[in-house]
Amino acid sequence: MNKYLYSFAGLAAGLSLATSAMADDTVKVGILHSLSGTMAISETSLRDVLLYAFDEINTAGGVKVGDKSYKIEPVVVDGASNWPLFAEKAKQLLEEDKVAVTFGCWTSVSRKSVLPVFEKDNGLLFYPVQYEGEELSKNIFYTAEAVNQQATPAVDYLLAQGKKKFYLIGTDYVYPQTTDLILYKYLLLHGVPIENIGGGLRKDADGKVISAGKYVPFGHTDFQQIVAEIKQFAASGDACVINTINGDSNVPFFKEIVAAGLTPDDCPVVSFSLAEDELRSMPTKDLVGELGCWTYFMSLTTPENTSFLKSWYDWLGTETHPGVIKEKRVVDSPMVLSYDGVYLWKQAVEKAGSFDVDKVRAVLESGDISFAGPGGKITIQPNHHATKNVYIGETKANGQFKIVKTFDQVYGEPFMLKDLDAKLAKQ
Amino acid sequence: MRKPTNFELWFVGAAAVLLLVILPGLNLTPPGTLLHVSDFTINLYGKYLCYGIVAISVDLLWGYTGLLSLGQCLFFALGGYMMGMYLMRMIGDLGQYHQPIPDFLVFLGWSKLPAFWQPFSSFAFAMLMVIVLPALVAMGFGFLAFRSRIKGVYFSILTQALTYAGCLLFFRNDMLMGGNNGFTDFKFMCGYDLRQPAVQRGLYICTVLLLLGTYGVCKWLTNSKFGKVQCAIRDSENRVLFSGYATAHFKLFVFVLAAIIAGLAGALYVPQVGIINPSEMATDKSLEAIVWVSVGGRGTLIGPVIGAFAVNAMKSWATRAYPDLWLIFLGSTFILVTLFMPRGIVGLPAQLGGLKKRWLNRKPVDVDPAVTPKEAELAKPNPK
Repeated sequence: MNKYLYSFAGLAAGLSLATSAMADDTVKVGILHSLSGTMAISETSLRDVLLYAFDEINTAGGVKVGDKSYKIEPVVVDGASNWPLFAEKAKQLLEEDKVAVTFGCWTSVSRKSVLPVFEKDNGLLFYPVQYEGEELSKNIFYTAEAVNQQATPAVDYLLAQGKKKFYLIGTDYVYPQTTDLILYKYLLLHGVPIENIGGGLRKDADGKVISAGKYVPFGHTDFQQIVAEIKQFAASGDACVINTINGDSNVPFFKEIVAAGLTPDDCPVVSFSLAEDELRSMPTKDLVGELGCWTYFMSLTTPENTSFLKSWYDWLGTETHPGVIKEKRVVDSPMVLSYDGVYLWKQAVEKAGSFDVDKVRAVLESGDISFAGPGGKITIQPNHHATKNVYIGETKANGQFKIVKTFDQVYGEPFMLKDLDAKLAKQ
Repeated sequence: MRKPTNFELWFVGAAAVLLLVILPGLNLTPPGTLLHVSDFTINLYGKYLCYGIVAISVDLLWGYTGLLSLGQCLFFALGGYMMGMYLMRMIGDLGQYHQPIPDFLVFLGWSKLPAFWQPFSSFAFAMLMVIVLPALVAMGFGFLAFRSRIKGVYFSILTQALTYAGCLLFFRNDMLMGGNNGFTDFKFMCGYDLRQPAVQRGLYICTVLLLLGTYGVCKWLTNSKFGKVQCAIRDSENRVLFSGYATAHFKLFVFVLAAIIAGLAGALYVPQVGIINPSEMATDKSLEAIVWVSVGGRGTLIGPVIGAFAVNAMKSWATRAYPDLWLIFLGSTFILVTLFMPRGIVGLPAQLGGLKKRWLNRKPVDVDPAVTPKEAELAKPNPK
């Protein structure tokens, strides 16, 4: 036992010597994602795109602070889809490695787990994945889609298409529950009668609606009964389905939708958790014509996106980081929002002339920091969220999206529930 | 089983002094001095030691009584949840919504506290529930399982199903226990700010004390007549039964005691780690606890603690040093331990000693080439 301890200690000492020797002109940046466990399939892609962004910046000369430039030295840790481990790794990044900034987290629960750590140690975290809002930490910047940058634009689009009935279905956890509750209130506000909102309502003792929509547990596979209910609901021909099902359950869900003969023409399904990366491992023929809504699609033809995709694939061909898969890679919204986050942070650091978290935060909060990213212009707002374009796309058989609608520069609004309650009370 | 050997006494004493006096002392030295122990390390060790306590409870069942429970983390998580409910109440109105009730209740649309949450504003009540709830669940399940004489692999499968059921139940938002996100962002405990290093150090010391207490109680128990019956049940339950002992009662007592120990560990784990959610009840967590025990050495009381500490320290180190390869690393360690070190780390000296003895006592093989084996056989004196 002792022998092992010594060799561990020796190794650790060797590593720290090695890093301090070259620490002159480098800045440590943390990557906190699950590289193993259930979330690895999604989060590994974010690690890859971050390494790509760092390499790109380092090749271009690094981060310029004052008259010195610093190369980014990534510190990659594995949260292993284990939420207490996320908190431990966050502490390690902030207290032991003393990173200037961390890019990371996918699930809300991992973000909730590290939030107290970032607040206590005054760290800086950029969070890139669509989420339910209802949170605002002074130590986190959310490049992620807020509910009004994904769910409500999708509903606007469907209303404009003449849809009158909305069926809500999702996995039972915070993101679908909160999104559907917001959508329920949003739909009421837009004149959709309560009986046209499908999936069921749950009320508290005072008769107030506390949950809207149908929920299934993680990993649910039997959708026969639910789809029969949807078919009945959609018989009038003016219905659509809002899908917040997460992960593998989408496969049997769409199989059942196809088996029931529901086509995108008479009852489209709009999904909020299926991007290009997820579609790689799904039978896309069952999804052709169904809708998706994100702030980036790989099929965008802007010059920024074209050159981004070219250098991303070039990088994949030449990079030598361990564990990066090179075949059949795609890019999707969470990846681009991670990438945008790196450049937004770099810009803020250069403007602040310092890596100090308080100074960088003050610059980011000024609302002047924006970046022309692959998905369009993205600007950090004083409320730590980001203004960006929102796109609606139709799924194609090759797992890509055909863009059918663009909402330009949507302001990210994290606290929608309170706002909608106030508006509904006025009506 | 046996009286603690001198070596074990020395080891426990030295570990106690190291964990209880030296480490917190070194933590008090200013950062930068030689041998300074950081707050991060203290906090991390606190977490490992909580796992160590769970490992003892697993070994009490598995190593001493022959009950392989694959659901021990259910009780750990239940204890943690009870402490979590108290800590959630102590946040007061400092949450995101600045309401007097926990945030997740606000966004589930509640405007006042549900009735079963009310008493958890009291620390004493929460601590009582930390003990009572795991004990009740263990008693209910154990009573039914042991009365029906469910044994061996069937018992293991049922305990695994039980913790999985608990996991699915706590995932549900309408349980009003925080759903998938569970409880987090704790701020105060008994009036102390949990973000202060001194408070974390205090929790760490409490964990060491609980570990020593657990060790002491289990040592006393397994050395008593009760412990003899326990081992007898492990080795041949039917003979114990026919000798007139109600084995179901013994097993139920051990099962409930192990649940209480795990619950207490969970209650200390939550304020140190800062989050409790249903993934703690997932089946793989309980399996990990089994791994700690087998790596450290089953059927001893220091083995599980060493195993929990070693495996988790390796995990912490490898997820930072080799984020891509650490699972392969960890997996091969488990395979090697199971194949070549059946008695775990603690059994290693004895195992090596045995090998050495066999090597020293090996018989020199001198074969006379002129004598065929057949002739040698014939040349032997007749045993009759």
